[in-house]
Amino acid sequence: MPQDKFPDQHLPEGEGGQAQHSDARRTFLKQSSLLTALALAPPAALKAAELKFEEKVAAVFEQVKVTLGINGKKQKLSIEPRTTLLDLLREQLHLTGTKKGCDYGQCGACTVHVDGQRVLSCLTLAAMADGKEITTIEGLANGDKLHPMQEAFIKHDGFQCGYCTPGQIMSAVACIKEGHADSDDEIREYMSGNICRCGAYPNIVNAIKEVKNGGHKV
Amino acid sequence: MKDYFFQDTVGKPMDRVDGRQKVTGAAKYSAEYELPNMAHAVLVGSTIARGSIKSIDTKRAENAPGVLAVLHYQNSIKVPGYVQEAHPTEPKPAGKPLQVFIDNQIHFNDQPIAVVVADTLERAMYAAKLVKVQYNVEKHATDFHQNVSKAVLPTVAKRNPKHGLNDYVRGKEDAYKTEPLKIESEYVIPTEFHNPMELQSIIAHWEADNKLTVYDKTQAVIGTQNAFAKDWGIPVQNVKVIATYVGGAFGNGLHTWPHETAAIIAAKKVNRPVKLMLTREQMFTMVGYRPHAWQKVGMSATKDGKITAITHEAIGQTSSYEEFTESTLQQTRMMYTSPNVTTRYRILPLNVSTPIWMRGPGEATGAFALECALDEMAYVIGMDPLEFRLINHTDKDPEKNLPWSTKYLKEAMQMGAEKIGWRKRQLQPGMVKNGEWLVGYGMGVGTFGANRGRAKVKATLHKDGTLVMQSATTDIGPGTGTAMVQIAAQNLGLPPEKIVFELGSSLYPPSPSQGGSATVATVGSAVHAVCQVLKKRLTSMVAGNSDTSFKGATVENLTFKDGYVSLTASPSARLSFGDILKQQNLPELEVTEESSPDASLRQKYSMYSYSVHFAEVQVHPLTGQIRVTNMVSCADAGTIINAKTAGNQMIGGAVGGIGMALTEGAIMDHRFGRYVTKDLAEYHVPVHADAPNISSLFVNKPDLINNPNGTKGIGEIAIIGVAPAIANAIFNATGKRIRELPITPDKLMMV
Repeated sequence: MPQDKFPDQHLPEGEGGQAQHSDARRTFLKQSSLLTALALAPPAALKAAELKFEEKVAAVFEQVKVTLGINGKKQKLSIEPRTTLLDLLREQLHLTGTKKGCDYGQCGACTVHVDGQRVLSCLTLAAMADGKEITTIEGLANGDKLHPMQEAFIKHDGFQCGYCTPGQIMSAVACIKEGHADSDDEIREYMSGNICRCGAYPNIVNAIKEVKNGGHKV
Repeated sequence: MKDYFFQDTVGKPMDRVDGRQKVTGAAKYSAEYELPNMAHAVLVGSTIARGSIKSIDTKRAENAPGVLAVLHYQNSIKVPGYVQEAHPTEPKPAGKPLQVFIDNQIHFNDQPIAVVVADTLERAMYAAKLVKVQYNVEKHATDFHQNVSKAVLPTVAKRNPKHGLNDYVRGKEDAYKTEPLKIESEYVIPTEFHNPMELQSIIAHWEADNKLTVYDKTQAVIGTQNAFAKDWGIPVQNVKVIATYVGGAFGNGLHTWPHETAAIIAAKKVNRPVKLMLTREQMFTMVGYRPHAWQKVGMSATKDGKITAITHEAIGQTSSYEEFTESTLQQTRMMYTSPNVTTRYRILPLNVSTPIWMRGPGEATGAFALECALDEMAYVIGMDPLEFRLINHTDKDPEKNLPWSTKYLKEAMQMGAEKIGWRKRQLQPGMVKNGEWLVGYGMGVGTFGANRGRAKVKATLHKDGTLVMQSATTDIGPGTGTAMVQIAAQNLGLPPEKIVFELGSSLYPPSPSQGGSATVATVGSAVHAVCQVLKKRLTSMVAGNSDTSFKGATVENLTFKDGYVSLTASPSARLSFGDILKQQNLPELEVTEESSPDASLRQKYSMYSYSVHFAEVQVHPLTGQIRVTNMVSCADAGTIINAKTAGNQMIGGAVGGIGMALTEGAIMDHRFGRYVTKDLAEYHVPVHADAPNISSLFVNKPDLINNPNGTKGIGEIAIIGVAPAIANAIFNATGKRIRELPITPDKLMMV
């Protein structure tokens, strides 16, 4: 299980956890003072400390504890504050269905649902998703039964290489839920954040239309 | 003939065999394998375009938390294959791929100069920013137009006077110049980037000192295997290359790139598996691109529409360290009936990274100039451009003086013209309107060699009646596995759901790279061959069977259908494939077959695929906004194995062509030799809103001279000719001829 990667860092909910958070903050302040002291020290002392400097700065970046609901399962995790939701999913939880296509929020390949809304996981720090429900492509099907959007993508061949596909599908489901799939042009507009370099766009539009018009529950 | 090719499985719009993996996130791309103790690598790129590294300070990076190594030219493991070639007493290698961390020389901006390896991705990314480099800066040349006079004939052409990249003259040289009805125009295509959605990635894993496994984004597993074996001086079989899923490539996986070797070096140094995924910016500088090109076309024609002369010249950009060439002018030699044809091709080395074939490669560049010139010429003589092309249609190859294996371009033109409503087009521009929008129609023709190579396929028929085939080809998106399953189903008489085709591993029998639109013709022929042998083996088993009804049976008087063998004359007697094996006490039947093109047929026939694209555009006269409102792409690509995936490939090519025509183009700040368009917010690939309804139509007639399945390639012709179709439609809408891509509103308004 992914959460077993950090067995010692699981936090009990409530007071204990908060106390540790406060401790962490105090440690941060302490180390910040040390840094200030270093900064004010004469150059020779600075030189001597140089080698250890980065290590100390990094130590200040304590791990933060978060609880994420991922595909219906609650996971308690200890993560670096700078870790994006995308990298957490791919590199630590091995949920590689969510794709990295640009890391700048420009391509949509990393689209997931956070509390039911489509979100670019590369622009979301994992820490910001604390307490939220995240659905990735791996959690869209109901066991072996594919989600109607997944079925429609296969039927209409709404992909070629398949790399943008998880993002397209997550976006497409949200697009219908948002009420933005009432015409071809509206679908195109509201799906334009998801790039398909293979150019399967017309097939993707057809897949979304079928799900929308088929009255499937998305 | 027709019945054979359209019965059963071939041609059916079957769902992809790997569709479920792709829609559930289960498909694993190269960066997605989980290896124990894996480290992460991030590349540091140069910030100058030419010069050398004066000093490199890695102290802070090395001391950053989690960092395992910072490698660069001073401390990198020297790749054995590199070292040999870069012996200090020998001249520096010329015309070679960039050798990473070999010396302090800088050849282009963002050249990989160091790799930082750390235990987590975040730590590697952070530490990479701490590497400090000082340079000896030298003056760089990156501006194509300022340096165009330095263009040269490629070395391959200089060395071999018979090489196709040499100057070509049929009839009289530059004959258009003295003709009364002529055009002469210059065309420019900027550098364009493949930008597949999957970032180029590799996991390098030294399983032993001389045993390397890579999970690599590549179009060529065998080519990559050979390259790394040679680099590291280890036996080929000690290198394993896995590329089960490739998230698009469009050509940029046809070369081994510096980042791959950087990861392999890093893995060796830290003695752990190392994962390296390029950033999107690095996709613009480290893995090739469609080269910036200047072209000039001179053309003359008679009043009644006969082309009398064409001269087509092209200059393509390359790097200072490696000569990249492509077949930009080939179609000009064979597409139209002109008695006088001249072509001249040059390359221009600049301080930039090396280009690589990008979908349609040179032919797409060449077709932009040739097909726009056709449109311009037709306008000068006042003729419909479709009629003009039909008049100058070549019924045999005028360059090689050979018959075509097959050519159904006229049929494709008719289908497309009807579908787009070509009759609505007016000869004079600006005559058709939709409200305040100007409506225009344009067309462009594409052609690409119907290539076929040599491939080997291993097939194992199991006693449960399932068939597993393996070949070291790849699938970058067209649906190779699906097509191979359909070909086997058709040829062996087995339901497709009982067939598996495995690809993307160097452990499988060799196949060439997935490039040049040759995969189905190449690998499909080997699948065809393996099925014929399986049928023969099954036949000899049943013929020797105690069941007398099959005694003496031959392949010709047996029917293979639904996994059963029966006598064609009395179909009630039948045996399942599995039962035949069981009777022989065989757990499985394994056959490996190789298939190569017939060289003698290639001497007798000229083989090409063809496409014709029709575009309807609307242009707003006040803002210059351009909308492609309808597209029809038609192909003569032989037998269509899968109507769904083939149609999708045509649509995808049309979308790529919309990008070429309207949105895509590199902009470089030549003060630094660095791209301003460095990500997907600056470099615009088409999005959903840019793609209209696109119809794809196929002539679907087999080319049995090319290969036994009758196929010809689709991938390239899907984009070749699209950009000129759109440019010509814009002229038809506005009367404005834009000869420099992309055609953006500012260019249109400046005319």
